[in-house]
Amino acid sequence: MANCPECGAELSLHDDVETGEIIDCGTCGGELEVVATGPVELETAPELEEDWGE
Amino acid sequence: MKIGVLYSRIRQDEKLLLGELRERGHEVVKVDVRDQRFGLSEPPAALADVDIVVDRCLATSRSRYATQFLAAYGIPVINDPATADICADKAKNSLALAGAGVPTPRTEVAFTKESAMECIEEFGYPCVLKPVIGSWGRLMAKIDSRSAAEAILEHKATLGHYEHKVFYIQEFVEKPGRDIRVLATDGEPVAAMVRSSDHWLTNAAKGAETECFELDDEARDLVARASEAVGGGLLGVDLMETGDSYTVHEVNHTVEFKALDGVADVDVPGKVVDWLETRAKSAEPAEVPA
Repeated sequence: MANCPECGAELSLHDDVETGEIIDCGTCGGELEVVATGPVELETAPELEEDWGE
Repeated sequence: MKIGVLYSRIRQDEKLLLGELRERGHEVVKVDVRDQRFGLSEPPAALADVDIVVDRCLATSRSRYATQFLAAYGIPVINDPATADICADKAKNSLALAGAGVPTPRTEVAFTKESAMECIEEFGYPCVLKPVIGSWGRLMAKIDSRSAAEAILEHKATLGHYEHKVFYIQEFVEKPGRDIRVLATDGEPVAAMVRSSDHWLTNAAKGAETECFELDDEARDLVARASEAVGGGLLGVDLMETGDSYTVHEVNHTVEFKALDGVADVDVPGKVVDWLETRAKSAEPAEVPA
């Protein structure tokens, strides 16, 4: 479990969550980045940049 | 093996890759590129003793530089910096394909609004204007008229980063509502899919529907030649059907494969890791481009 840094809602996460993964907050819709997993810490994810892709 | 995965975002693609590597007992070192510093002689400590690094940087600029530094340290990296440099830039991509005799859409580059306008008028309407750097179908323009061309060129020249003043103009290919994505390892297809949409852009990132696709011999040959043209490696080769043949419009060097894994009959991450293991065993440091 972790709390959304945007709206404070409690999020339940998969056991295999990885640092660097992006999850969506079901309450506010915010994109959140997992910055630590033991315990899980979340930050607002970076905005999309122009050179992102494959 | 000790395998470094250089990343800034763990997408489903990276999760598939990490899961497969760990399941096989490899020691995986996840390295967030945003936390690293790259000096001129010594690698970042986290990457000092890995057997090979897989570059999964989401940002093309980071991918291009990080792979150069890794190669300079003598650390084998997938894909190597020369391949990243070509694939990251649509103009270099087109030059490499054309230079290798791989059929690719007719393309010209111009540096001013005036010369770009001349070029567009000669191509006729519709034609396509693309940013040289970019992905997922973003900032692509299908130009249907002179007035649209004038507006887009003015916006790009006035508002854009300097790279938007490199006008990359391409013929519009009348594809049958779909294009083909092939995941290939050193030119050998792992799996292929078609991406279909009513929109002229058929990127999976734009919501195109995906379906498994069986490659014929001609397509396989083009994939092998396109891969070789950019230096080989783990690549996404994009083709369009032209009626009786194909044209290769680009090759991607940090290829996403989650959509392909969802539709293909083969175990895509498994095949990718099979190839990575082979490459890691025979790995030699990549050459640093001049």
